[in-house]
Amino acid sequence: MRMWTTLGAAAIAASAMASTASAKDLVIGFMCDRTGPTSVTGTTLCPGYHDYVNLVNSKGGIMGNKVVVNEIDHEYKVPPAVEAYQKFKTQNAILVSPYGTPMVYALVQKMAEDKIPGTSAGFGTALAGNGERYPYMFPIAASYYSQAGAAVKFAKDQLGGDLKGKKIAYIFYDNPAGREGIPILEKLAPKEGFTFRTFAVPPPGVEMGPQILDITRRFRADFVISHLFGRAPSVSLKEFKRAGYPLNKVVGFVWAGSEGDIAAAGGWEAAEGYNTMHFAGVGSDYPVLQEIRDMYKAQGKEEPEAMKFTAYYNRGVFQAAVHLAAIENAVKAKGSADVTGTDVRDGFYGIKDYTLGGLLPPLQVTRKDHEGGGWVRIFKAGKAGYEPATEWYRAYRAEVRELLEAEESHLKK
Amino acid sequence: MFFRESGEYKTDYKRDMTLYPLPISRFAVGLMVLLFFVAAPLLMSEYQLTLLSLVAIAVVGALGLNILVGYAGQLSIGHAAFMSVGAYTAANLVTKLDIPFLLTIPAGGLMAAAVGLVVGIPSLRIKGIYLAIATLAAQFIIEWIINHSPSISGGVQASIEIERPTILGWKLDQAVELYMFLVTIAAIAIVGTQNLIRSRIGRAFVAIRDQDIAAEIIGISVFKYKLYAFGISSFYAGVTGVLYTYYLGIASYEQFTLVVSIDYLAMIIIGGLGSILGSVLGAFFITLLPIGIRLFMENIGSLFLEPEALASIISQMRLIVFGALIIIFLIMEPEGLNRLWINIRNYFRVWPFSY
Repeated sequence: MRMWTTLGAAAIAASAMASTASAKDLVIGFMCDRTGPTSVTGTTLCPGYHDYVNLVNSKGGIMGNKVVVNEIDHEYKVPPAVEAYQKFKTQNAILVSPYGTPMVYALVQKMAEDKIPGTSAGFGTALAGNGERYPYMFPIAASYYSQAGAAVKFAKDQLGGDLKGKKIAYIFYDNPAGREGIPILEKLAPKEGFTFRTFAVPPPGVEMGPQILDITRRFRADFVISHLFGRAPSVSLKEFKRAGYPLNKVVGFVWAGSEGDIAAAGGWEAAEGYNTMHFAGVGSDYPVLQEIRDMYKAQGKEEPEAMKFTAYYNRGVFQAAVHLAAIENAVKAKGSADVTGTDVRDGFYGIKDYTLGGLLPPLQVTRKDHEGGGWVRIFKAGKAGYEPATEWYRAYRAEVRELLEAEESHLKK
Repeated sequence: MFFRESGEYKTDYKRDMTLYPLPISRFAVGLMVLLFFVAAPLLMSEYQLTLLSLVAIAVVGALGLNILVGYAGQLSIGHAAFMSVGAYTAANLVTKLDIPFLLTIPAGGLMAAAVGLVVGIPSLRIKGIYLAIATLAAQFIIEWIINHSPSISGGVQASIEIERPTILGWKLDQAVELYMFLVTIAAIAIVGTQNLIRSRIGRAFVAIRDQDIAAEIIGISVFKYKLYAFGISSFYAGVTGVLYTYYLGIASYEQFTLVVSIDYLAMIIIGGLGSILGSVLGAFFITLLPIGIRLFMENIGSLFLEPEALASIISQMRLIVFGALIIIFLIMEPEGLNRLWINIRNYFRVWPFSY
């Protein structure tokens, strides 16, 4: 046992020395899960992140300083994420990007103590957007509350501007994250005069025939809001199709509409009309993506396979863009690359009118609101790809805020 | 050569009963204490202490599972579920009732033990792989209950945030403080297990594992001791869950999924079933090996590849190498790292006069 510890300690010490970055580099600690249960997302999202950072570096970095991304794969497990975070700390990271809801929560307290900011786009609860409670964590993407509000607004617009007497079905993956949309629907139902019913899909979410028959035959929903993850969205599409339900009356939350899901459901032809919500634009027609393709061409390389799956790839680009914008603001404010985590945190507050040609929503992060406003955009499955169905928008902010405040006061008790 | 085992005459019962009878083992224990309680906190960086803290938590959990699987011979793949019981018990006690932190550790353990006793009841009738499936059911049922009861899980994403632990007004928020706390608990768990194993209960466990009918014939109540095994093992698991909760500042059911149960099984199988040192070595091995592989590949791989190409290769390769190493170790020594250590020790025991 003694031998093992000394060997282990020696290996750790050696590597800590080997990977210390020089002072000029701006170091980001980036967690990812290219392996593990959610690797479908990670293998597409992480290349997007690296590509954008490389693009910025190829153009001279941030005011002449190179951005170094240290990636650690944690297999969606908590202890390796804790290890990874400490590792990033030894590398003097000025920003750490945790990945996955449990990892975000396991690190949020530590990051505030160490004054290292991070983002958790797509993870965590709606409460995580409260900047006073979590001063160093920035969800930057619309929470499930905001998504539920936006989904109701979308249903309203699609059903002729009035929801009175309409029936909305909420089909969700039966875990706490899946249930998170319900309170907003409960709040909006009496206000808008619609009735809604919830339909739980038990994990692993590959069997939902009865629920969908229930929605389409017995409940006869006018509109369906679908909050599913993993394999479940593609199964739901097939089942809706089988039940003869029009897919343009279905809107999915942010994890229910990647290109992979569409392909698994039988391709674009089969999924035509299906609406999904996104916190980063999907599709390939963005100037920044063209720049990345040009960068690959200039290097004489093929563009990566991941670029075809724009739903997650673009989220990687989105995260990288927000991170680098915050760092750039910090470097500008400081006048040198010698920035601390707190400087970078303050850099987030300076992000404004920064959309990379529509890939990013018009985020506006404030000290209170780390969610950035709760922007989403809905895309519709067309014949050969996603087509935008709305502009960037948000809805029912007053109700969302009211609910958050009620929950916060409940927590303080 | 280095030490002699002969010439140690026990002249009273006290010496006969002592936990570490040989001078060499007392010396080794002293050295360990010096190493982990004095040298490590003084010399190691925050990062290294974090690694050791994670190992210390894993040691407690692995010991618990080894008591059940290794000593009592009852296969369980629901270990992580008992951890979650402990974790949520402690988190609820601390946030809702303001129970002092030190009390929540045994409280979490006892609650997990109570649940473990219930899960252990089928063990009288079913054995081996069938029992494993019963414990698998427990894993899913406990996960489901936590997930669907806001009164247990706190409602929001089924996770409860808690403050850093305080002992008598002293807040443990530095890596060193947390490490000292965790390694103390791990040491208590190790010594506790050592004592348990050489007691009447421990011997009954081994008897049941080796041949339960024979054990019953010589007067051991099989049912009672099987339940003990489940209870004690779950107690350890519950404590592990509490430690995780305090270490991370959150109780979340996603930290205690089936994969975690399998990880702990891997620890004790690699380390050595029915061995305390094996549990410790297994915890070290499973926790540190992926990190070691990554470091190795980062340093070697950066000679040939660009960083972002390396990133995607490392994650895949790490899984392959990790799996391969486990297989190699098991082929080399099916009885685990503990046996490997014993072989080394036995060699040096008579070295250089091996006849």
